[in-house]
This record gives sequence, C-alpha cells and structure tokens, in this order.
Amino acid sequence: MTVKVMIPTPLRPYAGKRASAEFQAATVGEALGHLTKEFAELRKHLFTEEGKLRSFVNVYVNDEDIRYLAKENTPTKDGDTISIVPSIAGGVS
Amino acid sequence: MAVEPTLWISGQLAEKIRAHGAETYPHECCGALLGRDAGEVAGSDPTKYPVAPEREILALYPLVNRRDDSPRNRFSVTSEDVMAAEKAARESGMDVVGWYHSHPDHPARPSQFDRDHAWPWYSYIIVSVQNGAPQEMTSWRLNDDRQEFSPEGIEIRHRAAV
Ligand SMILES: [Zn+2]
Repeated sequence: MTVKVMIPTPLRPYAGKRASAEFQAATVGEALGHLTKEFAELRKHLFTEEGKLRSFVNVYVNDEDIRYLAKENTPTKDGDTISIVPSIAGGVS
Repeated sequence: MAVEPTLWISGQLAEKIRAHGAETYPHECCGALLGRDAGEVAGSDPTKYPVAPEREILALYPLVNRRDDSPRNRFSVTSEDVMAAEKAARESGMDVVGWYHSHPDHPARPSQFDRDHAWPWYSYIIVSVQNGAPQEMTSWRLNDDRQEFSPEGIEIRHRAAV
C-alpha cells in the first residue's frame, strides 16, 4: 500500500528539496524507515542515536498523532498521509 | 566554502522581538519568524540551495509560551502552534523560516538545551533581557552534525527586497 510522507520545511534540504515522498509501507515505522533509507541525512534529525523518535518530532497519520495510536507500529492503509510536524523548544541553562 | 548566512530584518520587526521579550519578562517569550529565502526566488539555481542563503524576515507570529511549569528558563511551541504559524505564513506567500525566544537575565547565546531541541535550517533568534530591558539580539543555525550552532549575521534593512 502506498503512503505519502510529508516532509517539514527544515528537513527538505536533506530530502532533495522535496515536500513529500511516497513509499510502500504497512506501518508508520516502515514508512519512516524507507524515508531515512532514501534520504540518509534525515535520520539524525528525526531519531536519537538509540533509534527513538526525537521528542520534538511529531508524527501524524492523516490528522491523528501517533502517540495516541500505536506509535511507530501504527498501521497504515493505502492513500494515508503521514505528516512530520516540528515542535519547538529551548531556553536558558 | 562555507559563508556565514545573513538574516535580513527591518528595524521595526527587530524592535517588536525586543518588546515581546520585555513584555513577558521574567518569563521567556517565543514566536515564529515568517519570511523568505533568497535561494527560493523563482529562477534561481536550485543546486545552490541551501548554501549560504540570504534570508529575509517579513513578519512575526508571536506565540504563547506553553511551558507553564518553568517559563523563566524554558519555552515550548506545540506542533499545533507550528501548524498555525505555517498556515499564517502560507496565506501571505511566506514560510516559517525560524523562531525567536528570549533569555531572561542570560546572555543571547544558545544553551545546550536549545541545541538539543533544535531543527536544522531554521534561524533561531535569541534576545537577552536583563532586569526587564532587552539587550543583545543574535541569530543562530544548527550545524548539519547537530553538534553546534553557527552564528548568523543579522542585518537591519529598511525595506523588503522583492
Ligand atoms: Zn534559549
């Protein structure tokens, strides 16, 4: 099944300037795996060294946050859109 | 060869960022920087993107700091706020090209926490606010290896380039 992954603006320079990419994937994790295989430089911005999604990386399947679904095991179906949306944090000390 | 990127901003918008920092003191302020990259102008050579782009800030999208628990030394922008800022930018033919926040009673230098949570490509403007008065303003971009920020020059421009 084909899913579309939306790439956020700050990561497009690492994805051949593309705003989206399509992959065959049965889960969110599989789709992100294909994405970071095709565009290897994306990987360190999305995942920690331990291979976990970074805290400020939010992933939605259609309009649903995968944190409230099955996280990276969330199943996908044909035509789904997976969106990677930043959250922003910082501060002193 | 790497060239230090330059951020253009009008004096009026720069003043607005300072004023936001003073207004929320001793808490941190935050907001989105809306604008354009010179590298994205139609007809420019895409192979040069994103090397040494010149970026212009054309509007601000001030946000509410979501960190109610420690607003003096942290700021947080939720993904919903990010989507709202992106929508506002698109409606004006712009992009969210970065974020600003204040450092109450601390210098305008990115912290380890800033670096650990930063995205590449975005410009991160920091304004230092000492005893309620805005001071130095700096801008930074995360390096590709995520190990460090590089300083980005801020140039005050009176008029937007087309
Ligand atoms: Zn900071």
